[in-house]
Amino acid sequence: MKITFPHMGSTHIGIKCLFDELGVETVIPPKISKKTLEIGTKYAPELICLPLKITLGNYIESIERGADTIVVTGSCGPCRYGYYSEVQKEILKDLGHDVEMVVLEAPHGNIPEFLKRVHKISNTKNPLKIAKSLKNAAKVLKRLNEIEAQMLQLRPHEMNKGDFDQVYKQLIKNLENSCGAKEMLINIEGAFKHIIGIPLKRKEDALKVGIVGEIYTVIEDAANVDIGKKLNDMGVEVYKSHSASEWLTENIFYRSIGLTSEQKIEEASDPYMKTLIGGHAKETIGHTVLYSERGFDGVIQVLPFTCMPEIVSMSILPRVQQDHNIPVLSLIIDELTGEAGYLTRVEAYIDLLRNRRESKKDEKMLSRH
Amino acid sequence: MDIKIGIPRGLLYYYYFPLWNKFFETLGAEVVVSQPTNKKIIENGVKNTVDEACLPVKVYHGHVMDLKDRVDFLFVPKLMSIYKNEYICPKFCGLPEMVSSSVKDLPPLIDTVINFRKSRKKLFKAVYEIGSHVTKNVSEIEHAYSEGITNYHNYRALMKQGILPIDMNKDHFQKRKVISVNQQKVVLLGHPYNLYDPLLSMNIVEKLRAKDVMVITPEMMDTATINRYANQMDKKMFWSFGRKIMGTAFYAMEDPTISGMIYLSSFGCGLDSVIADIAERRVRRSSKKPFTVLTLDEHTGEAGIDTRIEAFVDMIRWREKNENNFSSHG
Repeated sequence: MKITFPHMGSTHIGIKCLFDELGVETVIPPKISKKTLEIGTKYAPELICLPLKITLGNYIESIERGADTIVVTGSCGPCRYGYYSEVQKEILKDLGHDVEMVVLEAPHGNIPEFLKRVHKISNTKNPLKIAKSLKNAAKVLKRLNEIEAQMLQLRPHEMNKGDFDQVYKQLIKNLENSCGAKEMLINIEGAFKHIIGIPLKRKEDALKVGIVGEIYTVIEDAANVDIGKKLNDMGVEVYKSHSASEWLTENIFYRSIGLTSEQKIEEASDPYMKTLIGGHAKETIGHTVLYSERGFDGVIQVLPFTCMPEIVSMSILPRVQQDHNIPVLSLIIDELTGEAGYLTRVEAYIDLLRNRRESKKDEKMLSRH
Repeated sequence: MDIKIGIPRGLLYYYYFPLWNKFFETLGAEVVVSQPTNKKIIENGVKNTVDEACLPVKVYHGHVMDLKDRVDFLFVPKLMSIYKNEYICPKFCGLPEMVSSSVKDLPPLIDTVINFRKSRKKLFKAVYEIGSHVTKNVSEIEHAYSEGITNYHNYRALMKQGILPIDMNKDHFQKRKVISVNQQKVVLLGHPYNLYDPLLSMNIVEKLRAKDVMVITPEMMDTATINRYANQMDKKMFWSFGRKIMGTAFYAMEDPTISGMIYLSSFGCGLDSVIADIAERRVRRSSKKPFTVLTLDEHTGEAGIDTRIEAFVDMIRWREKNENNFSSHG
């Protein structure tokens, strides 16, 4: 059995770690490239959202490299993500790829089926071993996500351009070549030390921008035209509202015992959206409110074209923008997205944020005299 | 003076109108329905909604605009789920919020949450919340609801006999055409708000009937049949209307009297992108029936759709005539 899985940011490191610990062989899909997207677009339904197309490309490229089992997480609606596995199964079947798809989703009472699926891919029936591997993998992912978050905030201040990128690139390369949590954690802690040593030159007037929206496009830089780096290059500190490790702890730990770690976010969005409506629409609203309260200069919403939940939040955001006095830019992404066009829009948006800050400063100065 | 309650003629209007109309009328309120969809309504809707929304949602906004200045309350329920463990669509879940953010100067909304995902226990609580805008009398609300439900069941029973909402306005029973011997049966798939709105669907039902084609829609299907066929999927289809469409499509694949399927979808509809693709793949894989998808948006030209309908009907007729008559000499 050779297991493969879709890419989402650096999540593949965590998943690799999990299966390393369990002693299961994995095929990491090749890095998302133009070709991945082309394969996905060619076979997927025309109007389906981008994550399905990219992940389909991942699977096909992995199958070409010998994978025979696909492991993904699932959900039960109302967002389309819950039916991804079914659509992709049909497509792969029509293409003549004989692979098995194992979908891990909330058991909904059918616990034997869930355990059957877990045992199928985990090479062991020992629940302690599975839990331990999962815990270790979650730790790796958490530390890795912490590095990424730090990088997005510190990169605009680096003295020598490219220092952070170099450390991060090397880290990912090392992680892909290491096996198991122990080795990976040593690498990650090493990278933390490197990062502390990177010379910084603090820019006092750096803008702060939050990225909200659909989780896949927020996390996967190949899908969001690498917006984090682009903003960093313009001297903007970036805060992403989603990370894979947070999603993992929220869904595997908190939700399963009926709790949520996102109380604050939900409360912040309550005046605008009474209930959860699927996807991360409510979180998008909540994060926007919280970011404005934390004094951010702006919020960028990224979403795939035709994303149902985010379209709802997109139509509510103008109200949030008005009430909380924070400019919001919505970027809709599909397979035709041209990078240059987006860059122009983001640049214009950042100029607007700068001007706002300047005029605020001027107002203060004028009122003092 | 009676309280005026506005019901926009969009989305699930064509499914649930008889229920709520009767309900509010029995309670003594005046029900005002927006005009049938027209150019102006579409235009207003398109102007007041985010570009990315699908056409039915945009049109719904147009209907809200049409009503908002002439009613005391607007009935825009937050329909999350109508069956256990099923949903409708994220846009329905967030509809009242979308409407109140996009349209200005609205009368108060009746935006009760209707969510039966876990159980129907809270059904009456929701009904009471809706009715309490008119009266606080519980037994009156109970009575009105049971009247409404009876009316709804009658309506659904008519639909199952093949009498569609467009037939109900006119003297349908006389006008209904006698079924001729070689009439073709075509299954028309899609969401009720696309199929039964005459302007959005560009009168596709009438156009097919005019070509002597009998039209079958998911709403005419027997519930048990739909459930049986929809269960062919490995994973339960969690969209209620999606499940109906899927079950109907799988049924049509097997029923030998059905000659083809037309899927009427709206551009940007998330459900259609999934359901139409799965249905199409299955139809192509295991049946020889023609299947076509017509996608509608606010720019769709009627002539283009007409041509495609004509071509489709011609195709199924030629198949009927020539399929078995190929010359063995080429």
